[in-house]
Amino acid sequence: MKVSRRALLAGAAGVVALGKTAAMQASQAPSDPSKVRGKPSRALGQRAPFEKPQRQPRGVASSGTPHQDLYGTITPADLHFERHHGGVPEIDPKTYSLLIHGMVERPMVFTLADLKRFPSVSRVHFLECSGNFGGRGTATELTPQQLAGLTSTSEWTGVALATLFREVGASPKATWFLAEGQDAAVLTRSIPVSKAHDDALIAYGQNGEAIRPEQGYPARLLLPGWEGNSNVKWLRRIELSDRPFMTREETSKYTEPMADGTARIFSFLMDARSLITYPAYPVTLSRGWVEINGIAWTGSGKIRRVDVSTDGGATWTPARLQEPVLSKAHTRFRHLWNWTGGEAVIMSRAVDETGYVQPTRDVLIAARGVSSVGYHVNPITGWLIRPDGTVVYRAEPW
Amino acid sequence: MKSALRLVAIGVLGLICAGGDRNAVPLAAQARTTAPAKAQPAKAPAKAPSAKEPARFGIGRPATPAEITAWDIDVGPDGVGLPPGRGTPADGAPIYASRCAGCHGKTGKEGPNDVLAGRLPGDAFPFARDPRAPKTIGSYWPYATTAFDYIRRAMPPDAPGSLKDNEVYGLVAYLLFLNELIPADASIDATSLPKVKMPAHDRFVPDTRGAPKPAPGAKSR
Repeated sequence: MKVSRRALLAGAAGVVALGKTAAMQASQAPSDPSKVRGKPSRALGQRAPFEKPQRQPRGVASSGTPHQDLYGTITPADLHFERHHGGVPEIDPKTYSLLIHGMVERPMVFTLADLKRFPSVSRVHFLECSGNFGGRGTATELTPQQLAGLTSTSEWTGVALATLFREVGASPKATWFLAEGQDAAVLTRSIPVSKAHDDALIAYGQNGEAIRPEQGYPARLLLPGWEGNSNVKWLRRIELSDRPFMTREETSKYTEPMADGTARIFSFLMDARSLITYPAYPVTLSRGWVEINGIAWTGSGKIRRVDVSTDGGATWTPARLQEPVLSKAHTRFRHLWNWTGGEAVIMSRAVDETGYVQPTRDVLIAARGVSSVGYHVNPITGWLIRPDGTVVYRAEPW
Repeated sequence: MKSALRLVAIGVLGLICAGGDRNAVPLAAQARTTAPAKAQPAKAPAKAPSAKEPARFGIGRPATPAEITAWDIDVGPDGVGLPPGRGTPADGAPIYASRCAGCHGKTGKEGPNDVLAGRLPGDAFPFARDPRAPKTIGSYWPYATTAFDYIRRAMPPDAPGSLKDNEVYGLVAYLLFLNELIPADASIDATSLPKVKMPAHDRFVPDTRGAPKPAPGAKSR
């Protein structure tokens, strides 16, 4: 009996079976809440027992954000995607320190308390794993979470990296720096110093609280608009240099073979992308007015426009963008559509403030080759509405 | 597509620029078109602090040489950072068998994790069109020094950072031997490792999308 009940609820939830507790609590909600005294105050808030959004782990090293369950643009911290290369380390904030050395006048060590004493800044930015594409096969029963769960948006708080570079007296001849984590991978990436003077942060806050362990507690590098892997988490060391270090993560990984027989290296920028999150698998639509909505984002600045098509790309209409549109952050778009029945393919296309247009699969393949689908794959994505109202991913096999 | 317009501006060799994605200028072309003297125009290194913001806050403390030495484990493509010591393929083979083969296969080709060994005929670079072509050290890695740096810091996953420098040298030598990059009797150390010629070295092209970045560096530090 327990099994069948779970299976039933899992079908409704689409991705993850509701726990037994939630089902029991749900069934215990009073039929008239106004006739029962409510619960007392408590130290830590919790979601309504009916709401069970879940990250979806893929193996032990990543899990994606359930975009189909979210509204607006901010990702709840416990639903922010995770990707790590040596597990999530446990770091005691009292013993944490950040070493900055190399081409500097004064090699220095900063504790977490030190970092928090510097002038701080809060900014809303997306973070996206450059491997954020789950739609290369022939499967059609894929959720937004499975297609693009490895992007999330938070308000990040921290100290500008430029402030710390002034503090240590970074040499004007330093053009690159190594960022190194304290995880078991001791993950390293080489970053141009120019990014520090643009908008890089050492972040310790996420959505108003301390950064979650999966996002780099107690402090991480944040490079707005650049591929997730370069935003080194659990940051313990920065070394300034005048050339990159050619680490494993920036040579054998996180490079893109191109159709012309080269491979692109130091491909930090996350190009514009959009994704309809409703209606999407596993929703079943009813005829009538539908508010198509989704998220769009670009590492190049602000989203200028999102076009929506309800006829498989034959015609496009600009969607409404939720203001304020923030730079390098998820932007919610909405488009009203009257579905009168019959088969339809809906899709969205982002245009950013530089004029960059989100590419089709064919354009990507022309530049990158058919097998180059590991990193920086941001194709226009379609959903197929069947006459019975079921919605599935319009697969485009690579 | 509008992005193509941007690409034309970048594509000094008149490369064909596809719409949404953007091609990059080959490394060789960049080297020719970017004068070495102006290759590294780092932005003004330190924005002039505002009147209310001091040049320095006096927060933090000086790092001791011992602290720096303990954490400064990176190895550069020029070999800077390589420790004393040495190893041969024969030194590395038994370590590989006991610590690495379980995940990377008996000869580095069997998996289940990353395939480490194997060259492609003519050292071809078919990775954009052939999803089955394995990105091994011999077929895809542009620098041999990366193997030392990565193995020492992160391998094996059940005991990362536990290998002694000579063990890492031995493992690197064995892997280079498996990739037919050095002979069986070669010795790998701080001098010889950066000199190992990697077939894929010239394949890598700096990304030119977005803001200009410093060239990966003709200079060594």
